[in-house]
Amino acid sequence: MSGDTAIRTQGLTKYFGRFEAVSDLSLDVRVGDVYGFLGANGSGKTTTVRMLLGLVLATSGEIEVLGRPMPRSGREVLPHVGSMIEGPAAYAHLSGRANLTLFDAMAPRSRRAGRRARVEETLDRVGLGGVDERPVRNYSLGMRQRLGLAAALLRRPRLLVLDEPTNGLDPQGIRDIRALLLELNAGGTTVFVSSHLLAEIEQLCTRVGVLDRGRLVVQEELAVLRAPTGRILLGTREPDAAVAHLGRLGRRVEQRDGRLAVRAPDAAELNAELVRAGISVDELSVERRSLEDVVLAATSAGNDTFARPDRPDGPASPAVEDVS
Amino acid sequence: MIRVELSKLLRSRRTWTTILLIDALPTLVGVLLAVTDLGPRPGEGPAFLSAVLTDGTLFPLAALAIVLPLFLPIAVSITAGEAIAGEAAAGTLRYVLVRPVGRLRLLVAKLVAAMAFVVLTVLVVAATAYVVGITLLGDQSVQVVGSTSVSGTSLSTPELVGRTFLALGYAMLCMLGVAAIALFLSTVASSSLGAALGTMSIFVGSSLLLTLDASEAIRDYLPTRYWLAFVDLFRDPILWRDLQAGVILQVAYVAVFFTAAWANFATKDISA
Repeated sequence: MSGDTAIRTQGLTKYFGRFEAVSDLSLDVRVGDVYGFLGANGSGKTTTVRMLLGLVLATSGEIEVLGRPMPRSGREVLPHVGSMIEGPAAYAHLSGRANLTLFDAMAPRSRRAGRRARVEETLDRVGLGGVDERPVRNYSLGMRQRLGLAAALLRRPRLLVLDEPTNGLDPQGIRDIRALLLELNAGGTTVFVSSHLLAEIEQLCTRVGVLDRGRLVVQEELAVLRAPTGRILLGTREPDAAVAHLGRLGRRVEQRDGRLAVRAPDAAELNAELVRAGISVDELSVERRSLEDVVLAATSAGNDTFARPDRPDGPASPAVEDVS
Repeated sequence: MIRVELSKLLRSRRTWTTILLIDALPTLVGVLLAVTDLGPRPGEGPAFLSAVLTDGTLFPLAALAIVLPLFLPIAVSITAGEAIAGEAAAGTLRYVLVRPVGRLRLLVAKLVAAMAFVVLTVLVVAATAYVVGITLLGDQSVQVVGSTSVSGTSLSTPELVGRTFLALGYAMLCMLGVAAIALFLSTVASSSLGAALGTMSIFVGSSLLLTLDASEAIRDYLPTRYWLAFVDLFRDPILWRDLQAGVILQVAYVAVFFTAAWANFATKDISA
């Protein structure tokens, strides 16, 4: 298993009956990426993740995970893949420790030697090291999420496939998980995160794929997507004077929620121009396209809205919901 | 995987509750018999029950004859019916499969666990019944040499022990048939309750058809047709015909339904 692709699909298509859930999908996730797989609910993210892991069988198309065809080579590939699919799950009547021990024992060629140490170490990693023997039934949503992540990390996977990993976590928990994922990535683990939370992807990922109604509409480095727009955002207490002055200099100015967006190549130069004219500058920043803009531009109306054809005015602005 | 399934089975409180409940009925019967001294006449009521008042060591067999036609199949239906559908409903099925646990291996492990449950239940029932039998019932057996066969002749103790084990094996094969049906339905149904009830309706339906003269043509193929044939092991000489037919029939049921379970599960989209 070599090569520098962690996940590659070609023409991946899945029909459920006559409904096309995933259409001609060609993913390309490289080793070392933190890949953000974005899409509204119902856009086919989870179906794709399940196909990558051999749970759902593709109607047509090829899948390669860690350089091997899936699902054919599942036995060799999956031990190197940790995953969390549509929320964590565990045997509710057993403790978290007992669950991890069982999951560890299930894996092919898993040896009993060192199992206890593996389980404890993994619990420590996700911040559950001190958890008592209460059954998972009594865990909070956040604890379950951490336990699910622990199960994914048990075998020190080379590839992590995580579906909504921070679901149900509080802000501190989200930060912990983000730090953990980045640390694992720094250690060489490729991370594939699917989410509908743009902010989460924006803070974590190096590459982004956007799925819309089963089609991949964007697949690009985050840095490229978030390229500067060529405008600089200006906060000032004298907006009228600033607009007038910049207009005289021939610069185009637009209003942007209480600030001014000025078309200018260089912030320092703009600052100098304003200060020379005696206009005080409170704030200057380079405007970048937000991931939200990119996604909204690339996707159609939300995948879970089904407006009647005879009422085109339906729900007005759904698109990617839960945008935070 | 088999070890994992067994450990899950043994650690589940439900396993032991079910076994306890199953065990309660024959124990109650034993106590009632001992208190009232009113046994059914030979040829009436559950098999062997008429004999236990004279010989308490036969009570384990009587207890199994009480448990086998209804309680044990229900418990097996529930246990095996939950195998795949229950894991799917709990969400653990996908995590088991990506460990990875091969789908065929999982089915085999589930079937083995269901059988382990049967063995455990049978052992508990037999042990309890033995204790009840020798403490409360039929102390007359001390005077009688050996025990009485259903045909009226005497069986020596080694003979009786050997035939008891054969009977247990036969009963377990019948339960394996139930488990295979439940396992298949468990790969089809989305709820374990559906799979369990489906299995129960198959053997209730089968028992009902057996009572109809009109179903003569198919009766030899009904799954419950030879369930109670283990009684024939205690005739002298052993009446093999029904036992043989029963073994062949159950093996066929296991083969057909296990293959069907595998065929369905091997290519199934796991979207739960």
